Parts: sequence; C-alpha cells; structure tokens
Amino acid sequence: MSESSAKPVLLTMQDIHIDGRSGDTWSPIIKGVDLTLHRGEVIGLIGESGAGKSTLGLAAMGFTRDGCRISGGMIDFDGIDLLAIPERERRALRGKRIAYVAQSAAASFNPAHKLIDQYCEGPVQHGVMPREKAEADAVELYRRMRLPNPEEIGFRYPHQVSGGQLQRAMTAMAMSCRPDLIIFDEPTTALDVTTQIEVLSAIRDIVAQFDTAAIYITHDLAVVAQMADRIKVLLRGDEVEESDTRSMLAAPKEDYTKSLWAVRSYARPVQPPVTTGVPVVSVQNVTAGYGAADVLKNIGFDIHARRTVAVVGESGSGKSTTARVITGLLPPRQGRILFDGQPLPPDYRQRSRDQLRQAQMIYQMADTALNPKLRLRELIGRPAEMYLGLKGKALTERIRDLLALIELEPEKYIDRLPSELSGGQKQRIGIARALAAEPKFIICDEVTSALDQLVAEGILKLLDRLQSEFNLAYMFITHDLATVKAIADEVVVMQNGRVVEQGPKEEMFQPPHDPYTELLLSSVPEMDPDWLTRLLADRAARRAGQG
Amino acid sequence: MSDIWSMIARRLLLGLLTLFVISLIIFGATELLPGDLAQNILGQSATPETVAAFRRELGLDLPAHTRYVNWLLGALQGDFGTSLANKRPIADLIATRLSNTLFLAVYAAALSVPLSLMLGILAALWRNSIFDRAANALALTSISFPEFFVAYILIFVLAQSGLFPSMARMDPTTTFSEALYRTFLPALTLTLVVTAHMMRMTRAAIINLLASPYIEMARLKGMSPARVILKHALPNALAPIVTVVALNLAYLITGVVVVEVVFVYPGLGQLMVDSVAKRDFPVVQAVALIFAAAYVLLNLTADVLSTLSNPRLIHRK
Repeated sequence: MSESSAKPVLLTMQDIHIDGRSGDTWSPIIKGVDLTLHRGEVIGLIGESGAGKSTLGLAAMGFTRDGCRISGGMIDFDGIDLLAIPERERRALRGKRIAYVAQSAAASFNPAHKLIDQYCEGPVQHGVMPREKAEADAVELYRRMRLPNPEEIGFRYPHQVSGGQLQRAMTAMAMSCRPDLIIFDEPTTALDVTTQIEVLSAIRDIVAQFDTAAIYITHDLAVVAQMADRIKVLLRGDEVEESDTRSMLAAPKEDYTKSLWAVRSYARPVQPPVTTGVPVVSVQNVTAGYGAADVLKNIGFDIHARRTVAVVGESGSGKSTTARVITGLLPPRQGRILFDGQPLPPDYRQRSRDQLRQAQMIYQMADTALNPKLRLRELIGRPAEMYLGLKGKALTERIRDLLALIELEPEKYIDRLPSELSGGQKQRIGIARALAAEPKFIICDEVTSALDQLVAEGILKLLDRLQSEFNLAYMFITHDLATVKAIADEVVVMQNGRVVEQGPKEEMFQPPHDPYTELLLSSVPEMDPDWLTRLLADRAARRAGQG
Repeated sequence: MSDIWSMIARRLLLGLLTLFVISLIIFGATELLPGDLAQNILGQSATPETVAAFRRELGLDLPAHTRYVNWLLGALQGDFGTSLANKRPIADLIATRLSNTLFLAVYAAALSVPLSLMLGILAALWRNSIFDRAANALALTSISFPEFFVAYILIFVLAQSGLFPSMARMDPTTTFSEALYRTFLPALTLTLVVTAHMMRMTRAAIINLLASPYIEMARLKGMSPARVILKHALPNALAPIVTVVALNLAYLITGVVVVEVVFVYPGLGQLMVDSVAKRDFPVVQAVALIFAAAYVLLNLTADVLSTLSNPRLIHRK
C-alpha cells in the first residue's frame, strides 16, 4: 500500500446498493461495493460503460441521478453519515467539501453565464468567501491550472473557450471551496491526446498541492495509471478487484482485469508493401474549405485495395473534411479525387449511382447514424435494394447473409430496432449497411472511439476479417494511436489541414519523426505509472536545452 | 455589439417588407369584394349620374394602383382618409379606440405575464406535485372555455354581487384609477384566457433543460432547487418563453373583439366588426393595417429579445 494509508480515513462506503428504475421495476446498478479513501489519496475507478463507475462516484456525494436510488449500505464522509442527514445538509457539503468534475466541460458549464460567475457561485453561496475574494482566488487557480490569460479568461462565456481549457477551468471551479474530496468523472475522455497531457498534469499537481483526496473515474487504464494511488476495477456493478496501482499493473489477479490489459496488445499482421497497381482511391493536391478559410491545404495520398490507411491528427486538423471531399459532400477548390484511376466528379450530385455505391461510410456515433424508427431489415436492406436492385426473397437472403457476416444471428436480430441493440452491435449494423452496397472502399470515421476497449477490439477484428474477405480498401480516421497501431498499414498524419508525414506504419512508429508526429506519439499514455512524470521532465529538459 | 444593431436593422427592414406585403393584401382583398361601393352607399334608387359623381368624390374612378399609392402614402403620414359611414377622419376615429385597446391589452398583460411566469416557474420547481397539477388543471380549464363564457361567468360572480361593473364604458373624463376599476372584468377575462399558454410554455421550457449536464453540475455544486431553476435553467429557457409571450400580447391587441362586445368596451375590435358590417372599407383597411403592424412589431421584439438572451449570439468567439 502507498504511504497515504497512514493518513486518516476521509470516506467510507460500505456495501453500497444502488437501483435504477426502468418502467415500474427497480433493477440493481451497484451490487454491494465497498470503498475506503484516505485524506489526500487518489483512487481510480475503472471499468467499461455500464459498470456503474459514475453512479458510484456520485453516490460518494450522497447524490443519485433521477430514476436511481441508494437502496442499501452506509456512506460516512469525515464522520458524517451522508444517507442519514437531510438533503439540505447534504447540499451544504456538495461543492463545498465534496466537488465534482464532469466528463464534458463544454456541456457542464452553463452557457448563459461567464466562467468566473460560475466559479464564484460555490464560494459565495456556501458562505466560504465574499465575491471579491473569490474572483481574486479564481485568477490564482486559473494560473495554477496553467490557463492562458488567467486574469481575463474568467470573463469569457463557455463557448468562447476551447475544450481543454474548459476542462481545466472546471477543475479550478471544483477547487474553489478547497474541498476535501473531488470526483473526477472521465475528465479527459473528450480531449485530444496532446491536450489530455496538459489537463492530466494540471489536475495531478493541484490535487497534490492542496492535498485533496480524489475519486478518478475513467475507462482508460493508461490514464488511471498516471493519476491514482490505488485502482478499483468494476464490472456490471460489482467489484472485480482492488489494489495499489503498481501491483495492479504488474500482476492483475482476476481474468477480467487481465482481459482489459490484453486489449491493447491486438495488432494485425504486417502486410507486404504495395509497389505496383492502380490505387482504389487517390487524393491529389486537394485544397478545400468552408467560407473563406481553407481547411485542407494541398493534401494528397493513395489508398490501395486490401489496405488500411489511417488518417490521424487532433480535432480540427482536417480529417473529417478529407472524408467529405472524397465522398463529394464538399467539392474541393483545387485538386481531384481518382477512383480506380478515373477522376470522380467533385460534387456527389454529379456522380453516377455506381460511383456512389463504390465508396461507403461508417460513422462515429452509431446511435445517431441509424434511423431509430427503422428495423434492421430496412436499415440494411435499403442500400442493397437501391444500389443492387435486390427485391423480395433475394433481398431477405442478402440481409440475412449480411447479418451473419457481422456475427449477429439473423433470426434473432432481423426485425429489431436500433434501440434494442448495444453500442457495439449498433456499430456492427453500421458496418453491414456499408457492406450492403458491395463497395470497394469504406471510410471509417472514428468508428471505435465511442466504444469500450473490449467492444472496440471486436469491431477492429471484424473490419480486418471483412477486408481480407472482400478486398476492401479502408480509410480509417482516428485520433487514437493505439487503434492506428492495431489496424493500419499506412499512416497519414495531419495537422492544421496539411499532411505532415505519411508512410508505412512500421516507419511511422520508428524514429526519426516529424516534430508533430513525435508530439502525438509521445502524448499517448502508457501503462507505466511513471510515464507522465518522466515525459514532463523530458519535455522540460528539452525546452531548457533549447532555451 | 455592432452585430446586434445590424441584426436589429435587418429585422426591422424585413418587418417593413412584411407590412408592405400585408398592405397589398389588405388593399387587394377589399378591391375584390363584389358590388360597387358608391352604388351600395347611395342605394338602388340613385341615378347613374349621382353614382358617377359620388365615385369621383371618393376617388373610385382612379385606377387601383393610383388609389393604393395614395392610400399608402396617406397611411404613412397618419392620414387614413375619411370614414364612409360618418364622414369623419379615420385617424380621429381610431385614435381613442386604439388607446382604449392598448390600455386594455397592457392592463391584461400586466396581470397575466407575471402571473403565468410565476406559476410556470413554481410548477417547474414543484413538478408533479399537487400544486403543479392544480395549476395545470385550472389553466387548462380556463383556456378550454370560450371567452364569452368566461366573461359571463365573471359577470355572474363578480358583477352581480356589485363588486365590479359589467359595462366598461370609457369617456374622456374617466380618470386612470376609474378606468382600471371599470375594465377590471375584461382584463381578468383576458388574463384567464392567455395565462395557460404562457404558463405551460414556461414550465415546459424549464423542465426541458433539467436533464442538461449543466443543471446536474449546479445541483452537484450544492445549489438549492430554487436557485437551480432561476439562475441556471431560466436564462437558457428565455427564448421560447419570450416568443410565446409576444404571441399572446399580439392576441391581446388584435383578438379581443368578443370580450369588447360582452363588456361594451369601445376598442378597435368592435370598430373593425362594425365597419365590416357597414361596408366602411377605409376603416377596415386602416384597422387591419394597425393590427398587422402590432403583430409584426411584437414578433420582431421577441426575436431580438431571444437573441439577446443567448450569449453565443452576442459574444462571438
């Protein structure tokens, strides 16, 4: 155990049971979990979505979301029985002694108020300090969270501040009353890797400076390894195991934990390099943009049959715009797209039905990409009917074959609605719908980034199998370099609308790199608890060396 | 801020354009009415010479577009011509009626807007409670009855007992407090009719936001339910509320004929209905134009206010 166990206990949760309501029945979400946290200690809660991490974290504040209830157990916060006291007293603790940092700061800041007004609300309403003092304090904490222009940034509205900065402003806001405990609920999940590092290190420093205890909720093992003293693994509302970070990483005991650890090791076999042949898709000197600004600046790359080209970069680097140009949704200002060596009309409206059929897309959010009112039969059947003219029995046969291809039993699933599927299954339907058109080329836009790692791995393996079965060419848009390692043959690195580096994957992950590729690669968290510390020291040393 | 001014200017221009189109429609519609105006007024026994002379006097012998331009230019200067029925200038005729209508509308708005906003906010705060259900049921009941029915019930309850007068007569000597007293029943009737709509929209707009992450964040900061509603939900719910309020205010100006009739209140609505019956078209045109202007102006105000309530639109990146 780490040294923090010598400190007094701050929070004890015993045999916590939480139920969620669906219709008229209550079903368990948390099934008897214990948690003990000492002052100044950070415990990591990890597990897949639906494991009950957030529910348990919120329960530490004596809070449940609408439709949930704490049905059993005891929560003791610094000698106060949180479940026995009236709601008014629990409210007096929230924000003041126990604070919360939400996953999406962009959605969790009130769009109607300036950042500093939202910062000051807690201290002023809880009677901790007057407004003027709170404002001065906000500037100080913004500075400590290394926000640019700490004196002024508070006077902006949330929409005027970037995601990474908002996440830091939210951490500063959580610190405003100097709480004893902060719940961090996936605070960096929505951020790019390069931004994530800044937020992680700022959070880690400020928690250490004020000796604040924290519950750090995430599904990313490498992130939790940097942040937590101890790790607790949850699976469907039950605890799988708990131990201090180093021993958990070195020797996970339970099979489930081991399976989580193993996900990151998936990689497809290396393909021989393509030297000849006409590429399926060739992007040539494309410049494109919206309004007056160019989002893409003279980019070009080729994609061959049976190959996966990963396009990586931060949000705003032009990855999705590239996809829009290839599909004809955004005609380029200059340059052209060749398909099997033939130029494609720039606008999709001028492309023939067969040209449209050859290039299909799979989207990031399967939830919003599938029409919720249509059954799978129609969702998958429509492209098969439209592009291939299948009807009646032949169409039903085709739908069944497609469902079998994506490993869903046709009998069981053919008449289901999207709402009756899990996240991974929905994404499989997205794949089947793309396959139904019998394309040569598929664009996968962040297809695994909304999924848990185990589910994501299943999708990657499926895509891999389908590629060799049907000779497909993939363009794989992602910001996750672990996914690139797993599935790509070639990599295109984009920054600010330009291609900064491209080549076979093996070369890309070997030095020497372009400086931006280097930054991206080094920013991917590793499963080593000392990784962040070492990385920050390295970067500081390099800056010192340059300066 | 310059963005806001140019937005307002654009909206104003659009509003003027709308009014112009409406004036064309109003003028065109009265043109299309069958029968000859002069003949109608003078009766079947009039000789063709008298009719022709009268047509010249009314300007009816001029082509339609000339008459339209004359009418519009006059209207822009506040001169709507003279009434056919009593030969008085329409502007004079309308002036007192318009101020009566505005008085009643403002009176009813002053009662109903605060009341419905307060009820809506409280219903959202105590949603699904007895209060919420009772307020909803009452509001729905009052909106479901026709206005004249509500008016007669009020007269039956409040006027028969002698508390308030059932006739809302107004004359130049009426003092302000006297006017408030005399028009209490019509104002209350209108309040009962419009409150439900605004209250339910306020409640729905607020409750719609309660599942947002920033509302959960406010609750997790330990803020009281009242503060969560007033400080965190309400500012984001203003746009739909303002729109509904504006629609109801427009109704209070343009749609209260029945209530005016029941309470014998000399407003624009009554004037309009009377003039239609008497085929006094210049008056009908003038009143219709005023009603249209009220609608356009109120909707424009609502648009501008909703924009002002959204910091994303005023404070650009």
